Amino acid sequence: MIRIVDYGVGNIASLVNMFGHLGFDAVPTDDAAAIARADHLVLPGVGAFDHAMRQLAARDLVAPLHDAAARGAHMLGVCLGMQLLGRSSEEGKLPGLGLIDAVTVRLPAIGRDGKKLSVPNIGWHMLEKPRMSPLLDNATRPERFYFVHSYHMICAEPNDVAGTILRGGDQVTVAVSRDTLHGVQFHPEKSHRHGMSLLEAFARL
Amino acid sequence: MSDIERPRYIPVLLLDRQRRLVKTVAFGERTYVGDPFNVIRLFNEKEVDELCILDIDAGRDGYEIDHGFVAELAGECFMPLAYGGGLRDVRQCAPLVRNGVEKFVLGAGTTNPALIGALAGVYGSSSVVACVDYRGGHAFVDGGQRDTGLSPLALAKAAVAAGAGEVIIQSIERDGARTGMDLAMIGTVAAELPVPVIALGGAGEVAHLAEAIDAGAAAAASGSTFSFIGRLRAVLVTYPEDLTDKTGGAP
Repeated sequence: MIRIVDYGVGNIASLVNMFGHLGFDAVPTDDAAAIARADHLVLPGVGAFDHAMRQLAARDLVAPLHDAAARGAHMLGVCLGMQLLGRSSEEGKLPGLGLIDAVTVRLPAIGRDGKKLSVPNIGWHMLEKPRMSPLLDNATRPERFYFVHSYHMICAEPNDVAGTILRGGDQVTVAVSRDTLHGVQFHPEKSHRHGMSLLEAFARL
Repeated sequence: MSDIERPRYIPVLLLDRQRRLVKTVAFGERTYVGDPFNVIRLFNEKEVDELCILDIDAGRDGYEIDHGFVAELAGECFMPLAYGGGLRDVRQCAPLVRNGVEKFVLGAGTTNPALIGALAGVYGSSSVVACVDYRGGHAFVDGGQRDTGLSPLALAKAAVAAGAGEVIIQSIERDGARTGMDLAMIGTVAAELPVPVIALGGAGEVAHLAEAIDAGAAAAASGSTFSFIGRLRAVLVTYPEDLTDKTGGAP
């Protein structure tokens, strides 16, 4: 069973719907014991970084998430949930979960070519894959994913980067994988069959 | 916008008080388009970039959002979903988010900086879409009934300053006309705003939407383009082919 961390921040129903459509049980929970024991955890999230960390802390879910990661649970952070896996964010003052050695910074408003870039970045991008990774390997055709974000992650360890997009001439990290920990900046639950393929790969880990 | 490999084309579905999908002309005359669930299922199969569902009677009639109904609609959506109509309080949005709506479209709320700020504070700017309707150089709210006295650009700027992360710029005069979009206005607003601009109003074919993207819009939205075919406006739900299905994928 897939546990979706339900801490009042994020589009729980879309994830449940898509996993259900794929034939997997995905159950929202804010139960610390269930999260600490889970095999598959999805950490969703939209909105502000500090607000999300405060909501996790208010439900005493920070330690259980660390326990689950230490046990080798498969974990997928989605959108803000990906950023929470890192150490910190320019958007807030609170520390993140620190499970991935990365910081989150604001998207630049000007590209390398000097052209204006919209922030937030909203829309579909083709994903570039710098290396093999468990969630993105199986797609043979190009994959497009839907993005809504104003911040992006920068990994200290280049090998953690599993997917990038090109924006304003820069490669922006939008997918990370380290052992059993994964994060995606885009919304697989809103990316039709491209997202289905990723979520199915996660569920089968 | 060149790095966004495919321009965003957004079907806009208008719900009336009887939960039917309709298409308007100049915010007036309505044509029945279909049952919302059937239409959403079709757009799902066609893998649309995004859907925008607007209840066009909720604001004026003042009825509450039926969250059960929205949950059913959102449950069919494996694409991004924006919802608007009757949003006047930040507390309405928690159930919308839980049910799978990721963007809130503000109509009359566009003139309410406190509401925009509250929504952006909780859900992030990228969840807040200000829909600026205009005719004759003035922005209007309440289904085109009330003149704000502001230019569309001034209202859009105020909404962005208050926290809106995206702006729909909608020509009331061109609504349902299918003759092309207001490229001058789209270009002006897109050049002035730091956030993505969605063009709406006047498109009757994909070429019209592409013109709006060329004029500077980050996305182009339409009801008619995706709902009607031919001079007699026969109802036919359509959408351009997914570029990733073509050999080689990337355009």
